[in-house]
Amino acid sequence: MAFGSSPIPSGPAAPIPWWRNRRLVPWLVQAAVGLSVLVLVAFLMTNLVRNLTAKGMLLSFGWIDNPAGFPIAETVLPYDPDMPYWRALAAGMVNTLRVVVVGLVLSSLLGTVAGAASFSSNGLLRRLARVYVEIIRNIPLLLQLVFWYSVVFLALPNGQAAIQLPGIVLAKSGLYLGSAQLVNGVWQAPLSLSLEFGALLTGLVVYTGAFIAEVVRGGIASVPRGQWEAARSLGISQTQTLRRIVLPQALRVIVPGLNSQYISLAKNSSLALACGYPDFYSVASNTGNQTGRDVEVVLILMGSYLVIDLLISALMNGVNRLVQLRER
Amino acid sequence: MAPRLSNQSLGRRLKRELFASPLDGLISIGMIGFLLAVAAGFAHWALFQARWQVIQANSILLAIGRYPQSQQWRLWLLTSLLAAATGISWGLLRGLPRPDRPARLWPRNDRLAVGLLTGLALLSPLALKLPLLIQLRWWLIAALLVGLRWACGRWARILPSGWRPWLGLAWPLLYLLGMVLISGGFGLIQVSSSQWGGLLLTLLEASFAILLCFPLGILLALGRRSELPLLRWGSVVYIEFIRGAPLITLLFLGQNILGFMLPGGLAPERVWRAAWVLTFFAAAYVAEAVRSGLAAMPRGQMEAARSLGLPVHLALIHVVLPQAMRVALPATVGQFITLLQDTTLLSLIGLMDLLQIAGTVMANPDYLGRNAEVYLTLAVLFWCCCAALGLGSRALERRLDPQPIPTS
Repeated sequence: MAFGSSPIPSGPAAPIPWWRNRRLVPWLVQAAVGLSVLVLVAFLMTNLVRNLTAKGMLLSFGWIDNPAGFPIAETVLPYDPDMPYWRALAAGMVNTLRVVVVGLVLSSLLGTVAGAASFSSNGLLRRLARVYVEIIRNIPLLLQLVFWYSVVFLALPNGQAAIQLPGIVLAKSGLYLGSAQLVNGVWQAPLSLSLEFGALLTGLVVYTGAFIAEVVRGGIASVPRGQWEAARSLGISQTQTLRRIVLPQALRVIVPGLNSQYISLAKNSSLALACGYPDFYSVASNTGNQTGRDVEVVLILMGSYLVIDLLISALMNGVNRLVQLRER
Repeated sequence: MAPRLSNQSLGRRLKRELFASPLDGLISIGMIGFLLAVAAGFAHWALFQARWQVIQANSILLAIGRYPQSQQWRLWLLTSLLAAATGISWGLLRGLPRPDRPARLWPRNDRLAVGLLTGLALLSPLALKLPLLIQLRWWLIAALLVGLRWACGRWARILPSGWRPWLGLAWPLLYLLGMVLISGGFGLIQVSSSQWGGLLLTLLEASFAILLCFPLGILLALGRRSELPLLRWGSVVYIEFIRGAPLITLLFLGQNILGFMLPGGLAPERVWRAAWVLTFFAAAYVAEAVRSGLAAMPRGQMEAARSLGLPVHLALIHVVLPQAMRVALPATVGQFITLLQDTTLLSLIGLMDLLQIAGTVMANPDYLGRNAEVYLTLAVLFWCCCAALGLGSRALERRLDPQPIPTS
């Protein structure tokens, strides 16, 4: 209808042209979009199939039982190079899960502390929390990871000169937790971690912690001032107010935000390559290089990370149900 | 933050901020001690132990990679053109204020920016110990920018009003011209994309992906909110598929599999493959940002526009999207910042981006073990770029605010 034409048509109603038909046009649009996507996908897939057939590498997962042949620097799951590819991938996956689970816990702690610190009565602490967030968020994670690994962790002293803190010893040969002792110039402890794991974990925790701090800060800021004031007027201390009154209400806003930060942490753990930590991605990329089965490897990679993401989402949705306001 | 009370002296403010209670005082003293120790340690390292020659000697490599020396005049020309266009746009922005804003030719932030720019142009070539001839070029480029800013701000009103809408076209044209200048063609010698590197490659990939992922993201967001089931489900599947995978796996796919999917000769070069992967990756995230903006729009906006007789696409372009984009702006620019940072992942697939060039510099036996200096320089560089994007986003937000804050 053109502008300014009278709203009530005068004279006999003209037949509606087909391009104005409210039932037909949506279907035509969808058919056109669907058809072009279909043609594009079919084009790409036929090329892929033709090229792979020419190389004799059409989709198959038979190679996964062949011996992998490459070593993995550190594994939780027992592994040696004679074991098949699927075992190497499984070992890589356990390594990834290890760094993701520990990273989730530690970054949540750091993020909560930094987020809560931006509401401290201490001006210095408040500004320090802001500076931490602003510095970390504007520097690429990969750069931070290589920095932690090659500048901080690889520069650690060894032997007697190692940095000894209560409960943890930082040496160039690794990180030792618990009661560590120097035996014949070698550190020994109930729990020892590799430098690569330490660097990756530190980088991921510091980076994700800054983002979680922002989520926590937003959550706390969403609690009305009146809640703080009411608690203060009842004589409850600042810390108690935060813990007992503000945080439970803030959690309703925080938990959905945490969900996406946890998923990014899981995905970002694939940058372990930069620290030399043998995670799932680096094992899979090794597998791809050796077998030439890039298509299968990409399918496995994407499927696995999707499963991890969905698991985290399911877990956080459960937590979300717990913290939501339950009304009668 | 607490409002600044003018009747409070500095001492009182310090007391309130740092020593409000004994515990606060203890924390403050501990932190001041810690910060002083860190600052002293860093200053000692930076002044006495660090060998900054690694940056001075490799500044050109870090900036443009292995771009052939005989063709570097093209990059100088491009930098000058960009500086000129920035100066002109900036001057016109201030010289032609919007009718609902008070006109101020030199607001405080602008004076600050010019001061900062001049300082940077004067000092950084000296700090990098560049040859005099190159120093001179940087000074000229900075002078060009500031001079055009001044001139265009002053004489903006002379410009016939019929020309004004066309001025915006200068930027896309300049971008295309820049592509020609960098890659060659039209009588210029071809410089293959494998020779681009350093900051040049990083900025090129980031700007390409930012420019293309934005319209793509808007289309995906509209598709996800569409009433047509095929469009809606198609967009949902695409967005969730991309968001479920780490970028590195998609880059792996782009480098190793895309070649199989296209007939021989059609597959783009590795640099462009990575650029397209970055674009399609970022589009899914931008789509989610835009969707949040669309969700914030009341239904009545669309309905009112439709009832006035606007067809759907015009209602979207003129009524719904401008308002939705204002809401979605911070999240969208946040995605652009992430995208700029994500370009570092190109080093993992062997492209000569800033991080990979840094790796080659540190592999040079002359500069072995100078990782801290190089990484710190890169960190500062990235921080400045990202912070500038963030500041720009906030300035744009204020400019797009429909209720201008009365300036005092």
